[in-house]
Amino acid sequence: MTFSKRTLLALQILVAVVALGIWHVGSSVPIFGVYFLPKFFFSTPWDVAARIVKLFSGTLIWKHLGITLTETLLAFVIGAGGGVLIGFWFARRPLINAVFDPYVKMANALPRVVLAPIFMLWLGLGIWSKVALGVTLVFFIVFFNVYQGVKEVSQTVLANARMLGMTEKQLFRHVYWPSALSWMFSSLHTSVGFALVGAVVGEYLGSAAGLGYMIHEAEGVFDTTGVFAGMVILAAFVLVVDGVVTAIERRLLVWRPDTAGRNG
Amino acid sequence: MPPDIAVSLEQIDIIYRAQGNAGGGARDSGPAQAGDYHAVSQATLVVHAGEFVSIVGPTGCGKSTLLNAAAGLLRPANGSVSIFGVPLAGLNAQAGYLFQQDALMPWKTALDNVAIGLEVAGIDVATARDKAEHWLAQVGLQGFGARYPHQLSGGQRKRVGLAQVLIRNPDILLMDEPFGPLDAQTRQIMGNLLLGLWAQERKAVLFVTHDLEEAIALSDRVVIMSSGPKATIIGDYPIGLARPRDAMDVRLDPGFHAIHKAIWEQLRGEVMKAYQGVSA
Ligand SMILES: Nc1ncnc2c1ncn2[C@@H]1O[C@H](COP(=O)(O)OP(=O)(O)O)[C@@H](O)[C@H]1O
Ligand SMILES: [Mg+2]
Repeated sequence: MTFSKRTLLALQILVAVVALGIWHVGSSVPIFGVYFLPKFFFSTPWDVAARIVKLFSGTLIWKHLGITLTETLLAFVIGAGGGVLIGFWFARRPLINAVFDPYVKMANALPRVVLAPIFMLWLGLGIWSKVALGVTLVFFIVFFNVYQGVKEVSQTVLANARMLGMTEKQLFRHVYWPSALSWMFSSLHTSVGFALVGAVVGEYLGSAAGLGYMIHEAEGVFDTTGVFAGMVILAAFVLVVDGVVTAIERRLLVWRPDTAGRNG
Repeated sequence: MPPDIAVSLEQIDIIYRAQGNAGGGARDSGPAQAGDYHAVSQATLVVHAGEFVSIVGPTGCGKSTLLNAAAGLLRPANGSVSIFGVPLAGLNAQAGYLFQQDALMPWKTALDNVAIGLEVAGIDVATARDKAEHWLAQVGLQGFGARYPHQLSGGQRKRVGLAQVLIRNPDILLMDEPFGPLDAQTRQIMGNLLLGLWAQERKAVLFVTHDLEEAIALSDRVVIMSSGPKATIIGDYPIGLARPRDAMDVRLDPGFHAIHKAIWEQLRGEVMKAYQGVSA
């Protein structure tokens, strides 16, 4: 690449400044007597910033963030755990896989949002209905990746491991498991993202806490500033979570050429 | 059968079964059916304990197939495989196999890849790692233990593979074009490395290569395989060149040229046949 990290950062900041500038001008400066981005629908950058500062000076926001984070983590852990187990099981048992294949595809094709009301009916308005929604999203991503990971272990590596004296159990530990995990981690960003989507959409559709609830509540009283503030906080939250995932990925996949050589 | 015969392939047939036909892979016995590929037919080959034998033949003739049979990874449809006089059932536990393709576990460091053979045999990790350090040094890779396979060159990966196999101290070494993808210079260095290690503990070696010069330089005996299908062993040449040898200098020996000429006469015909088979 021909540009430096600093140039890149400067350009990225420029994009933000231009976008905020357009937003500010559109909502606060009348052009020929017209506001292009009326305050009622778009709020203003300053109002949103002020609201965020005000939110973070209170304690309630931390509770909302904590709830959303908890739901996201639970959804990820349960969904990924289930995906790994079932993915392994299906990959090693072709009959099971063949029998369940159409059902897995059906379940995966179902838009998960339609399940949200059912989960609320079953699990109530607390965190578990949101966790369940996230699990249905995460599970399939991890399941398909682990299944693929076990199936696509190099036949040569496998034959070599056998010739080195590995038993089936040792093959599992030293060959299948690392291969499956690497596939799982390659989908880590996507699955953590989906865990978060499950949590926020669930909160949005019905709950009493969390970022999704906060945004929904603001929408209910046409508090545009509140909606935008919620979205900005959500976006920052996503960035932080994604950064943590990247750090974990780097540590665990040092052996992979594409990860080690990447600079993103 | 005298126990000094390390590997004995007797009249073996290997048939790759088409999907849907009986068996699958090359497992089942019985005659070849439509769609099956009869790779090896009536091949007989003996490797004595401590002997270095090379198999040379045109690409795709069935050299890897034969090695897989000796390793117990493929079961012949006919004939028998014996290891030190005992019929082979399952994998050949006395053999170390250096595969043609990359076979290192990419998620393990060079050191862990070498140590794993001892670890899975129940030796404690610290001892296994110590021994692995030793073997990495033996193949000239001291200080490379912490690298992952993708951080090594092709030649270095082959060295790790060699250490991985040798650490288990197998009685038989099966090597499938181990220096195949390397440049000529590196091949000769690796050849000398192998000869040096082999001289320390004379293992039975079955070495596959498509490079006749390499085969002659390294071996006690060179066998020629015909082009497939139904490939078989068609020539068997003892190499009387004095040992210890230098894999480079030996090529300048007048005796080397005489042997090379004699073997090439026969091999050329097979290579041409294989080539015409492909272009037809
Ligand atoms: N799994 C397989 N199924 C069907 N045919 C195979 C299989 N493996 C190898 N063959 C065929 O058997 C022949 C011998 O293969 P191989 O032993 O790999 O050749 P070589 O090692 O001498 O280059 C080739 O024609 C190849 O196409
Ligand atoms: Mg081959």
